[in-house]
Amino acid sequence: MTAVPLRALRAREPGSRRLREVSGKVGWTVLAWVVAIAFFLPVLWMVLTAFKPESAAETWPPRFTFSPTLAEFRLVFSGWGPYVTHSVIATIGSTILVLLLGVPAAYALSVHPVGRWRDGLFFFISTKMLPIVAAIGPLYVIALKTHLLDSIWVLIILYTAMNLPLAIWMIRSFMLEVPSELLEAAELDGAGRIREITGVILPVISPGLVSTALICVIFAWNELFLALNLTVTNAATMPMYLISSVPQEGLYIAHLSAAATVASVPVIIVGWIAQRSLVRGLAMGAIK
Amino acid sequence: MAQVRYVSASRVYGKNAPPAVDALDLEIRDGEFMVLVGPSGSGKTTALRMLAGLEPLDAGRVEIGERDVTFVPPKDRDIAMVFQNYALYPQKTVAQNMGFALKMQGVPKDERDRRVREAARLLDLDDQMLDRKPRQLSGGQRQRVAMGRAIVREPRVFLMDEPLSNLDAKLRVQTRSQIAELQRRLGITTVYVTHDQVEAMTMGHRVAVLARGKLQQCATPRELYDNPVNQFVAGFIGSPAMNLQTVPLTDGGARLAGTVLPLPAAVRTAASQAGLGELVAGIRPEHLHLANGSGELAGEVLLVEDLGADALLHVRLAGDADPVVARTEGRTPPAPGQQVTFHVQPDDIFAFHPVTGARLAG
Ligand SMILES: Nc1ncnc2c1ncn2[C@@H]1O[C@H](COP(=O)(O)OP(=O)(O)OP(=O)(O)O)[C@@H](O)[C@H]1O
Ligand SMILES: [Mg+2]
Repeated sequence: MTAVPLRALRAREPGSRRLREVSGKVGWTVLAWVVAIAFFLPVLWMVLTAFKPESAAETWPPRFTFSPTLAEFRLVFSGWGPYVTHSVIATIGSTILVLLLGVPAAYALSVHPVGRWRDGLFFFISTKMLPIVAAIGPLYVIALKTHLLDSIWVLIILYTAMNLPLAIWMIRSFMLEVPSELLEAAELDGAGRIREITGVILPVISPGLVSTALICVIFAWNELFLALNLTVTNAATMPMYLISSVPQEGLYIAHLSAAATVASVPVIIVGWIAQRSLVRGLAMGAIK
Repeated sequence: MAQVRYVSASRVYGKNAPPAVDALDLEIRDGEFMVLVGPSGSGKTTALRMLAGLEPLDAGRVEIGERDVTFVPPKDRDIAMVFQNYALYPQKTVAQNMGFALKMQGVPKDERDRRVREAARLLDLDDQMLDRKPRQLSGGQRQRVAMGRAIVREPRVFLMDEPLSNLDAKLRVQTRSQIAELQRRLGITTVYVTHDQVEAMTMGHRVAVLARGKLQQCATPRELYDNPVNQFVAGFIGSPAMNLQTVPLTDGGARLAGTVLPLPAAVRTAASQAGLGELVAGIRPEHLHLANGSGELAGEVLLVEDLGADALLHVRLAGDADPVVARTEGRTPPAPGQQVTFHVQPDDIFAFHPVTGARLAG
């Protein structure tokens, strides 16, 4: 290649390449925003509708100018009492149980692995592969025979069972990150199994535990299928309240939106914290 | 305080893998500073972990203070270990780290505090540092906390696995002497693992050289240097390493660089008894004396490494492929490309069996 075309090429290239790069970047940015807004619009609509009077909620095209009212929220707060109590008890109760059971199980599958730990690990996750619909019949009968139908305990137990496999996998992966020297140092220092877990392992993996707990909270809070089929009034949860706020006749969109907004707030807060602590949990391996 | 004994102790990791530690017989005296040294993968860490109880034995036994501890769990062996990466508990403060073992033993809080403080003073860790977390400390401070955690326990044996390898060169030299000093003061039997032969030579009362899981020689640093039992020890101990060359035997000596090096009579008898036609001759760099043209070994200088006090000459001997290294005085070293000659005392030549590597009487 001679010098002249080379120089010509050099002179031309950077500009066009930069142009391509910039336009590429802009393209991706636009796409990302379009997707994000597409996901966000229904949520925005829900929140906006929650502040509308029922009469203004069902217009088409949707109106963005209206006089906001808290009437629907007042209605929600007057009716949600038992539901939110049940949800909180089922969510927190099951999450505590998940942690109490998940930590020893994860320990036995990672730090001092028991025989055939692979099979155990696979068994746990395989329970998530069965469609829950297939199990609802037997579950109903069992709940009926044990007099747990429509009791908060049936939800606590089932939510624990539902979240335990994922929790064990998560906690196990955090435990595997704990440097083996640390455990050996604890062993030399005379810490027994319990001390090893509570005094050395748990403090190290605490960010991971927090994110595990938060994810369990979200899943339990949002669960509808089991609650719908196994409870009626004594243990009905927030998702059931949303359903029950749809009346047989008449306008209900604004009311449903207000209820859904209220039900989403805890999830959004917890999700936001979980996302931060999950990053810390995943970065935990770096602190050595 | 106690003596330590390995009796034919072996550790085999895999079914078909060679033993990581192969029938180790080693006796460490009460209060002794014993250094295990060897190249990477020679089984030093494994040997130490066997003593700590972190690695089971496949054969033989280990004793601490006359007691067979082969099947005793680590916490009941009355030992303390300093890990290479210190393994400090990240969520505990320095004081909690140091006091953890005492807490596990059920030592009351006052007593614990007193002993932690005492150890901290011994290691120049000031009081405000005791409340910090390990991640707020520098590498050197962490190293001292790890030492402190071991000292506080007042164990019968200290075990240390390359505790200086994460420090920078200057700090390593400083800490090296501090550890040796501390050990002398406390008088606690210590087993110290390193791959650095300078550390081994400067710190150990005695040094055990390992290679491929086997104990090569255990002796004082001086003895190792002056009287290596085989070619491996000779080549491993000393910096720069001993010059080792396979040389054919002739009447009265060995042929090297076109001349005949005189060998001591004892070596010649040993070689002829073994029916050898050649042997490995070893000469330490400082035993190649520059002799203004009158020396028996001639060669050409390839490279000069000036170290200040002295200089290292890399020299290609006449007719020989492998360059040798000679240590000379640093002021007026010859220049690269220059022809030089060396004089060697027959007594300074080590001779090794060319196949087994064993030292031939010398
Ligand atoms: N947990 C293990 N599983 C299998 N093989 C191992 C294990 N630990 C060590 N080995 C093997 O045993 C041999 C000795 O290892 P060891 O760690 O004792 O060497 P070392 O002398 O401490 O080396 P370095 O200076 O690199 O630390 C090596 O060949 C190593 O591959
Ligand atoms: Mg090692």
